[in-house]
Amino acid sequence: MAPVTTEAIAVHDLSKSYATRDGAVVALDRTTFDVAEGEFVSVVGPSGCGKSTLLKILAGILPASSGDARLRGTLIDGPRRDIGVVFQSPVLFPWRTVLDNVLLPVDVQRLDRGRYARVGADLLGLVGLRGFEQRYPWELSGGMQQRVAITRALVHDPAMLLMDEPFGALDAMTREHMNLELQRIWMERTKTVLFITHSIPEAVFLGDRVLVMTPRPGRLMDDVRVALPRPRSLDVMNTPEFGRHVHHIRALFNVKGGVDA
Amino acid sequence: MRWSGRNIGLTALLFVATIAAWEAVVRVFQIPVFILPAPTQVGMALYRGLASGVYLDHLKYTLLETLLGFIVGSALGFFLGTAVAMNRYVEFFFYPYIIMFQSLPKVALAPLIVVWFGLGLTSKVINAALVAFFPLLVNTMVGLKSADEDRVSLMRSLAASDQQIFWMLRLPNALPFVMAGLDVAMIFALIGAIVAEFVGAQRGLGMLIQSMNFNMDVSGQFSILLILSLVGLILNRIIMLIRRRVMFWDPSEKSALEPATDDVAAPRVGRVVAARAKEGVTP
Repeated sequence: MAPVTTEAIAVHDLSKSYATRDGAVVALDRTTFDVAEGEFVSVVGPSGCGKSTLLKILAGILPASSGDARLRGTLIDGPRRDIGVVFQSPVLFPWRTVLDNVLLPVDVQRLDRGRYARVGADLLGLVGLRGFEQRYPWELSGGMQQRVAITRALVHDPAMLLMDEPFGALDAMTREHMNLELQRIWMERTKTVLFITHSIPEAVFLGDRVLVMTPRPGRLMDDVRVALPRPRSLDVMNTPEFGRHVHHIRALFNVKGGVDA
Repeated sequence: MRWSGRNIGLTALLFVATIAAWEAVVRVFQIPVFILPAPTQVGMALYRGLASGVYLDHLKYTLLETLLGFIVGSALGFFLGTAVAMNRYVEFFFYPYIIMFQSLPKVALAPLIVVWFGLGLTSKVINAALVAFFPLLVNTMVGLKSADEDRVSLMRSLAASDQQIFWMLRLPNALPFVMAGLDVAMIFALIGAIVAEFVGAQRGLGMLIQSMNFNMDVSGQFSILLILSLVGLILNRIIMLIRRRVMFWDPSEKSALEPATDDVAAPRVGRVVAARAKEGVTP
């Protein structure tokens, strides 16, 4: 990647605890990290390590208990318009066509629909869905639906893309294919991406860096730089370097004894 | 099942056989006409009523009561359901009464309504509206509240306002429920109108049934029941047509067409819940 100069995301001492009947549960404990502009950062960890909490705080739909998170220098203190989120399920609206689903952020933010319809159509071409603009979600397969969701997250040109296990519901074959596709899309439209997953190989395959989190309380344990050249093909998974990273991260979980994935 | 030529033939044959058996039973056992009239007698009563224009006159009146009651009742049900679903104060203060009122058999109010609003059109429309009101109220409420959490999160992450979430997500999401409610409300409105006519009216098919009953004109009653069931069927079909138009996107409306390939099946949950919401509602 090009040399990094600016920080897109700056997370400082971020904590989140929930009140439950048995007292406070710390979901995220004093987490600090930076993500550079245009960088692809994976966050990996077993269930309950606070990665979804982290994502919700960054998306502005959950307030932090303490600490702060900034996007391009400004504090994230509520939903904002320069963030694109992709959830685990595609979350498409069945009464909207594919293109109208993609244009949902444009409608919500009252942007110029005519101009963005072209942007949306171009992006759909980029994700391999040219010609599907006027179809309805139920006519698409799961993998295609998730591509629509990714397109929707990109259409208003957000400063950062948050992805919460976006391929978790797909079968293994489709998932590998989508990983390649995501890498291709990311390399064409350089975006800052925070990609949350519980698959270690997926995290290493996609990320410039992998943030390793441990559960109870959710805490950042390691920050692994993955220097594998891009574009990476699926064959990269068979290289010793890839194996070393995967082994290293898995060993971290085994020490903590918290791995269930 | 498909409407192949063979099936149409079988259906017609079954129908003719049933009617013939009915006719035969009445003639062989010489059942008196004031107990069970033969199909031919019902047919003649129907012909007389239609040819004289009497039935059509009363039918028009009953239809007017039904449709007005349906429109008023479902509009009120829809708006109150929206208010209850969207405002927790309204829900807190009004919902207990709504539940109480819902468990009451609404047709039992018909005598009171006729006393209060007279023998004319008003009392019938009010009674029909009262019965048609609840399916819409309950279904609108359930529909608006059943918006998928992930979809709400998505809208919030886009910085959507509550109004935008309502118009762009909750309302379209509630449509299948509302349509299921309209489906029921239509038939309920007809029931409400007929019952109110039984209690006291000067016109309408319900009133006609009542006066025929006094005159032991059972053939006439049968002929009107025939008309009423046809009217119910047609009204139901009209709602179904509208539903198909409005909900072209609902996968259950086009079950013949399956999603392209693999895993994520289109959700059919909505319909199940909508059906459940109907259960609690009685006329």
